[in-house]
Amino acid sequence: MAGTVIEEREVVRPAPSPHRTSGFLHRHRWLQLSGLLSAPMLWLLVAYLGALAMMFITAFWTTDPFTNDVVRVWSLENFKQLVSDRAYLNVAVRSVVVASLVTLVCAMIAVPMAFFMARVVRPRWRGAFVVAVLTPLWASYLVKVYAWRVMLQTDGVLDSVLRPFGLSSPGFGLAAIVIVLTYLWLPYMILPVYAGFERLPDSYVDASSDLGARTVRTFRSVMLPMVFPSLVAGSIFTFSLSLGDYITAQIVGGKVQLIGNVVQTNIVLNLPFAAAVATIPVAVMVIYLAVVSRTGALDNL
Amino acid sequence: MTLSRTSKIVLAAVMALGLAVIYVPLLVVVVNSFNADRTFGWPPPGFTTEWWHRAIGNQGATDALITSLKAGLGATAIALVLGTMAAFAVDRFTFFGRQTISLLVILPIALPGIVTGIALNNAFQVLGINFGLFTVVVGHATFCIVVVYNNVLARLRRTAGNVVEASADLGAGMFQTFRYVTFPLLRSALLAGALLAFALSFDEVIVTTFTAGPATETLPIWILSNLFRPNQAPIVNAVAAALIVLSVIPVWLAQRLSSDTTGGRI
Repeated sequence: MAGTVIEEREVVRPAPSPHRTSGFLHRHRWLQLSGLLSAPMLWLLVAYLGALAMMFITAFWTTDPFTNDVVRVWSLENFKQLVSDRAYLNVAVRSVVVASLVTLVCAMIAVPMAFFMARVVRPRWRGAFVVAVLTPLWASYLVKVYAWRVMLQTDGVLDSVLRPFGLSSPGFGLAAIVIVLTYLWLPYMILPVYAGFERLPDSYVDASSDLGARTVRTFRSVMLPMVFPSLVAGSIFTFSLSLGDYITAQIVGGKVQLIGNVVQTNIVLNLPFAAAVATIPVAVMVIYLAVVSRTGALDNL
Repeated sequence: MTLSRTSKIVLAAVMALGLAVIYVPLLVVVVNSFNADRTFGWPPPGFTTEWWHRAIGNQGATDALITSLKAGLGATAIALVLGTMAAFAVDRFTFFGRQTISLLVILPIALPGIVTGIALNNAFQVLGINFGLFTVVVGHATFCIVVVYNNVLARLRRTAGNVVEASADLGAGMFQTFRYVTFPLLRSALLAGALLAFALSFDEVIVTTFTAGPATETLPIWILSNLFRPNQAPIVNAVAAALIVLSVIPVWLAQRLSSDTTGGRI
């Protein structure tokens, strides 16, 4: 039987011409792979990572003070200026404090909300809550900052709501920056924490209560440690995004400046110095990621 | 775990409060676009559609809208091609460095926008490329790849590889298989990825600031440059309200199209 089939195929076998390319590619899988990878890798590895690398090189160049042209001579001038001027140190410290505060507040809001979504609501309602939290994430970043400018302004919504309680809007400044950044990046924290709570096996929770732990104890000693990596994963986004932001400070910050603002004001007149300043958030993020990778949170991204 | 009635109520209240805080500012912008008071006094003393009429008739805003559409379409097209290719490579092959592809794709969006912006700005200057629509498209495409990649990869992982083998066994060539088997399976994931990429590009402001020349103004850049002009405020607000509605629609569509569209910009 098998023999006849083979024989038949020998006879009927069509000319290989229509599938010649397919057949060739099928035999040479590495050709397929390099065909698929070449364009994306050219773009991301060469163009994007290349641009990042070039930025670090530029940070070691200087600017001619008269012509504003970039002078391509290696020097540590930009970094010396950064370290010696206290104003830059203050801005850097302020930015790190703001980013940490935003991350902390996001975590404090995200944990109860995510817990509610994953563990209290009936399963068929969960999807609806996830969509409700997610959708505004996509509304324009700029419009969201703008929305808070309108909320916070004198005689704006906050003033009119808080006045009966004898309070007023915090106005534009550091507090406004923290509020708006928290608002902007909160969904980035809620999502991973929600996923963390949802992944948590019921049997662990049951075991804990069988062993006599009450709700609070179970939450603190069983659930929180297991959700912690998700919290850290979320914090990478809230921290990084806050650290590099300058538009929020521009719109609701009053006179307060963050690292991003220093980069932004220098970019036209002194690009090498702007590049040197921009290495601060990158360095802080690298340190942050190095610390965080010990918790295993990077596997959750 | 048994929660007491009180703690359930407290949690529900926190959830409701959280959702209110998320939505109220956006609603305020939409309501203010009809606010008769030029300085957005609250509560609104009266309502008008004047700002919408003036926003629609505003030349700067209309030009910026067209630029935004062009940039969004260009970036989406590039992201679709590159994101799909990368997703196929990761799903169908094993190779050295496969694990790092996801990290590389996510990097442009995980790093602060200003870092990506200044890096691209610097690279364009060094290479002597003039700033314009082209540079904006390049910048946007870089961070849009991730949404297409994630959507397509999620779909590829869920579809069994044996349909491709079946197609080959039945005599289809590689391109026939793509056209009649793989593409129809991917179609809704591609559409969802494209919609999300477009929404991402349409909103972007930081990378745009550093990759657009003075002559190229997208809608968010137009808003930013008019934000501090008091007499433009009501028109800016109407444009902002339009942007809220416009950016939510593609996302809502994408979520209906594809159950893979799990989360956020990640």
